[in-house]
Amino acid sequence: MASHAIDVQNAQENYLEVKGRWSGILSWIFSTDHKRIGILYLVSIAFFFIVAATIGIFMRLEQLTMGPTLMKPEVYNRLFTLHGVIMIFLFIIPGIPAILGNFFLPIQIGAKDVAFPRLNLLSWWLFMIGATLAILTLFLPGGLPDTGWTFYAPYSIRTGSEVSLAVFAAFILGFSSILTGLNFVTTVHRMRAPGMSFFRMPLFVWALYATAWIQILATPMVGITLLLIIVERLLNIGIFDPTQGGDPILYQHLFWIYSHPAVYIMILPGFGVISEIIPTFSRRTIFGYKLIAFSSLSIAIFGSLVWAHHMFVSGQSDLANIIFSFLTFFVAIPTAIKVFNWVATLYKGSIRFEPPLLFALSSIFLFSIGGFTGLMQATLPINVHIHDTYFVVGHFHYTMFGGTIWALIAGILYWFPKITGKMYNKKWIYVAWAFMFIGFNTLYGTMLYMGWKGMPRRYYDHLPEFHTDHVIATVGSWFLYTGILILVSTLIYAVYRGTKADANPWGGTTLEWKTSSPPPLENFEKEPVVEHEPYYHEEAIR
Amino acid sequence: MGASNFTNSVDNIFLFILAVSVALLVGITITMIYFIIRYNHKRNPRATDIPGNVTLEVVWTVIPLLIVMGFFYYGYIDYKQMRDFPDDAMQIKVTGRMWSWLYTYPNGLQTDTLYLPVGKPVTVNLESMDVIHSFYIPAFRLKMDAVPGVPTKMWFTVEKPGSYQVLCAEYCGDRHSYMLSKIVGMPQAEFDKWYASASAEIEAQQAGTEEAGAAPAGPSPEKGARLVKLKGCVACHSLDGSRLVGPSFKGLFGKTETVIVNGKEEQITADEDYIRQSILEPSAAIVKGYPPAMPPQRNIVTDDDIEHIIAYLKTLK
Repeated sequence: MASHAIDVQNAQENYLEVKGRWSGILSWIFSTDHKRIGILYLVSIAFFFIVAATIGIFMRLEQLTMGPTLMKPEVYNRLFTLHGVIMIFLFIIPGIPAILGNFFLPIQIGAKDVAFPRLNLLSWWLFMIGATLAILTLFLPGGLPDTGWTFYAPYSIRTGSEVSLAVFAAFILGFSSILTGLNFVTTVHRMRAPGMSFFRMPLFVWALYATAWIQILATPMVGITLLLIIVERLLNIGIFDPTQGGDPILYQHLFWIYSHPAVYIMILPGFGVISEIIPTFSRRTIFGYKLIAFSSLSIAIFGSLVWAHHMFVSGQSDLANIIFSFLTFFVAIPTAIKVFNWVATLYKGSIRFEPPLLFALSSIFLFSIGGFTGLMQATLPINVHIHDTYFVVGHFHYTMFGGTIWALIAGILYWFPKITGKMYNKKWIYVAWAFMFIGFNTLYGTMLYMGWKGMPRRYYDHLPEFHTDHVIATVGSWFLYTGILILVSTLIYAVYRGTKADANPWGGTTLEWKTSSPPPLENFEKEPVVEHEPYYHEEAIR
Repeated sequence: MGASNFTNSVDNIFLFILAVSVALLVGITITMIYFIIRYNHKRNPRATDIPGNVTLEVVWTVIPLLIVMGFFYYGYIDYKQMRDFPDDAMQIKVTGRMWSWLYTYPNGLQTDTLYLPVGKPVTVNLESMDVIHSFYIPAFRLKMDAVPGVPTKMWFTVEKPGSYQVLCAEYCGDRHSYMLSKIVGMPQAEFDKWYASASAEIEAQQAGTEEAGAAPAGPSPEKGARLVKLKGCVACHSLDGSRLVGPSFKGLFGKTETVIVNGKEEQITADEDYIRQSILEPSAAIVKGYPPAMPPQRNIVTDDDIEHIIAYLKTLK
């Protein structure tokens, strides 16, 4: 792609060795290097993920028997709220953009850093302040919120738990997200290397670009909504509380106007990762580059117009239900296009089967199940039955966990040698995959089935007819958790004891593979010049 | 025949979409696996670049579009029926509250289990006394939120006699998963008989209340026992001494308790006045160690009701 030769061994120090103004941990938490900030996010977000996954394990254990098993309902209700809040606000919304986006967006467009490096560091600090405030609720008299991560009024206004502080924490996290989005949009517009036109940008950059716009445009909505909750709780104004003339359905609209587009903030970067991995391991260009790029934008646009499909039985008008059901089906089209184009990219490739590809293809499979179950829920009469049941829980774990997190893992496995300069033990990654894949489908597949049978979500206890299903799901959660632990330990081990990795171990063609592993402080020895499409595999064209 | 008039139609749409989805998923997955094996670099050392194919891409944009529009239309037809309320339906008021359901029949009869005739359309008018609940009958494939301040409704016809589980599907607090009830569908004749006898009892009771001025009927523990179930008290106050959200009713009457009044601890005896106050203004004196969770019951529980309830509590030794 770039005209200069690949620097196999760098003359410059890499970003991990550079001595700056600070040393030790300070050289990380005060660094404005986008790569170090990416790793700050990786460590903090991975920590929150393990915490929330462990909470999930305890929730499953509670369902192992009927009646009280480990805890009281008031504990269970706080745990599922905490699981949701951490997974959504501290893990999956920042997730791929904050970790892989921070690290690779500037490198992939040939820039030295993001447009506003200090703002980038501020985003991480805001993220940590928000997280700390959320955890602080644990030590206040009301304790952790018990509302579910959706904070529905009027329950969230009446409850004695510390909703105000938790909601304020989410408000601050929102600012972190907005600033990252702002930074990425500016970086893409202003920092591209010579020759890097919009249609030569890697599809991961396109996906981050579309995501960044939703972050900027939709996040303020949830910020306002969360502030209104605080105002309502402290001053009793009567915005959402019906006893004071407020409207609880208004809250749901305001909440989902952000929180539905937010699921595309979560999934689009995952699609971007998959679009990077498949051409690299197929040794050919991606099929339908422009259609994939535009489908990211159209998902961002359509995704902003379908929020009320969360409210088909809320009491909003029947006409609104019909319109929102209709619009929801349109989101399926750009998503289907992506899947078909990815599969077509494998056609006539010269495929190297490696761990990143395995996780990327698994992500497509699991996300497709999430997509199809989404179509079922978009169909009005089916939604009336399965709304607020385990079917919904199963569905969004297939999309968010199966889609986004599996893609995030694929991305980490793909870029791990670039980030650390080390290679992991592939055999253990396959073992981890097997545990995770079996556990995942046992856990969430059973949830889909239970939901169709009528098991409502957020239930501390269950009726006898659901007991066997709950036991199967809980056993699945053990497999899944074991797989995650194997994966994480294999990678941590590789950071310290991994074999040395080449600059380009997978045969990738985008700019990050043209620099050394790990990259130097300013990413390239000299500014790259871009002459080709991103997935230019020379031998495939001859 | 399904449990309700919507059971079969919803199942059919679901199975249709499920069949199409499984076919597509299997197709995509098999193609993916086949390509990975067929185009492995050992079999196919050199890749061929195919940047795209407009015809193909138009095909796989248009075909999914047609499929999902089919799904939408199929769903829309059925949903229209769900929201097309019959004029001759029997009207039932369903009240959700933390954490029980209360059913009110057209003549004012109130129950905690919903008895319905088979074959007759029923419109359920939902209301909530506190937070959002959701009236969910899985066997009927139906649910609707009960929203405070916003009237909502749904309708159905029970098609098969039997007992059907009712659940709350919108998270509403500590005892959300115990907010359960039953719908019992019975043949019309049997229902008429039950309705007449249950209503007669209520009328007799009301007549009794009217006469009360002349000759007081006196508090009745039997009525009290029915009231604590009907008014939802037992959702939080157990009858067997176990701890739920509030103190158990067992052995409550006459007991000495430590309560919090305006932030200060006080010793009281649970006498008739204290129980009356605890029903009408629960937060005035909260028993130590319990949350101030109970809503005031003024206009919901009448003075007569309270007399009956106290009479009943006295029997719970």
